[in-house]
Amino acid sequence: MHIPDGFLDVQTSVIFTGLSAAGVAVALKGARSQLDEKTAPLAGLTAVFIFAVQMLNFPVAAGTSGHLIGGALAAILVGPWAATLALTIVLLMQAFLFADGGLTALGASTFNMSIVGVWAGYGAFLLVRKILPKSKPSIPIAAAIGGFVSVPMAAISFTVQYAMGATATYSTTTVLGAMVGTHILIGIGEGLITGLTVSAVIASRSDLVYGWKNNAKSLEIRNA
Amino acid sequence: MRVSQERLKIRIQENKHHHGHDVGERLYLHRHTFIHALPSHLKIVAALCFILIVVSTPVTQWGAFVAYFLWLFTVVKAAQIPFLTLFKRALIEIPFIFFAVLMPFFGTGEKVQVGPFELYREGLIAGSGIVVKGTLGVMTAIILSTSTTAREILRGLERMRLPVLMVQIASFMLRYVNVVNDEMERMKVARESRGFNATGMKSWKVLATAAGALFIRSYERGERVHLSMLSRGYQGVLPQEQKLKISGSIWLTAMIYPLVAVIIFIAQLLIGRM
Repeated sequence: MHIPDGFLDVQTSVIFTGLSAAGVAVALKGARSQLDEKTAPLAGLTAVFIFAVQMLNFPVAAGTSGHLIGGALAAILVGPWAATLALTIVLLMQAFLFADGGLTALGASTFNMSIVGVWAGYGAFLLVRKILPKSKPSIPIAAAIGGFVSVPMAAISFTVQYAMGATATYSTTTVLGAMVGTHILIGIGEGLITGLTVSAVIASRSDLVYGWKNNAKSLEIRNA
Repeated sequence: MRVSQERLKIRIQENKHHHGHDVGERLYLHRHTFIHALPSHLKIVAALCFILIVVSTPVTQWGAFVAYFLWLFTVVKAAQIPFLTLFKRALIEIPFIFFAVLMPFFGTGEKVQVGPFELYREGLIAGSGIVVKGTLGVMTAIILSTSTTAREILRGLERMRLPVLMVQIASFMLRYVNVVNDEMERMKVARESRGFNATGMKSWKVLATAAGALFIRSYERGERVHLSMLSRGYQGVLPQEQKLKISGSIWLTAMIYPLVAVIIFIAQLLIGRM
């Protein structure tokens, strides 16, 4: 979902760069109030983690394999503010260093993945967590659904950009169908891996999972 | 013995395309050209302007695009970037080329005969537009990252008023990306030396556990780094570098890249009028 240069017209690119800049500014504020002077090292290492985990190949079938996008995963592990920052930095570095994704389309890609992807995933996670019983095993399930939702939502966001100013000739409904269809499949994989990863972290260091914090039972003093 | 040899072979192959290794050093080509010596923020501004002009050029003005490519190759030559490197690294745009190449086959409206295929005219124009503009964008970004170190690009972004916190996050990422990648690589070697072979979805649990372990290690490293920074007197901001003074002639040199594109753009407009 790295959009190349020339795919969106200048107007759309400018609009989404503005929206992303505003979103990142809000995330900066949120992360500062949550992490204080810890923000830079922790969001930085989260960005490294996302960058690395995107290179971890998950075999699917018949020689094909996929990898994690990681927006929802990062949001559940370190909180949505830091996740937005980390994902944005990953996209920025990929565009500037690897030429992966156009420089002028960076705002649009950032909007899809580090704003819509992260927040839709985190929103779905919160919703499911509310419905499920307040126990540890619920967290990976909620995380899986968050991971699943984040991918087609980002695809829908891409389709909106496509409808607003793409230079292509596929009809918007075709793109919507194709994008949402394939990304529901990708989302299932993303959801499963997100859930499994969160369950692995929660098993050994549940204190690191942002989506589980303050949820632990308080100490109960019993008489002998 | 055979196993270990195979392992070595795999590692060598992986290292070849493993783009996480030595980020910045491996992408950057050390040369002594005036393009390498330009201040990085000027290069970023120039690259962005160039791409914006390319993107705003109507697709039907193919003459302009030929001129853009010729100009881009001249700059590649001047920066002493081997064309093989340029083309190899441009392969990253293949997924979107695929998207664009299919476009002329599905569409509506007028049809044209191209070789054995009957293609939709509009789709053909739009598809080739995406490929051409995308390629110019990718190649411009490649010139930028082969002539500028990762650290310098970051500094350039800082001078372009990217928020300080974002710059810091990015510099942490650059500093630790190799460490974490090596950690992931060691975990992979460990997994495989225990006989693990990733086949199909049944191995996802193992891989996800590895991803979880990688997160814990990264996060703990972040905490350690933070504590060691605090003990060295860190208070939330890094020391600022001195303001750079840049003369008009350096600005002009950097801006030649988009200026020539502007000239091509105007020329194309004038020729189109006639």
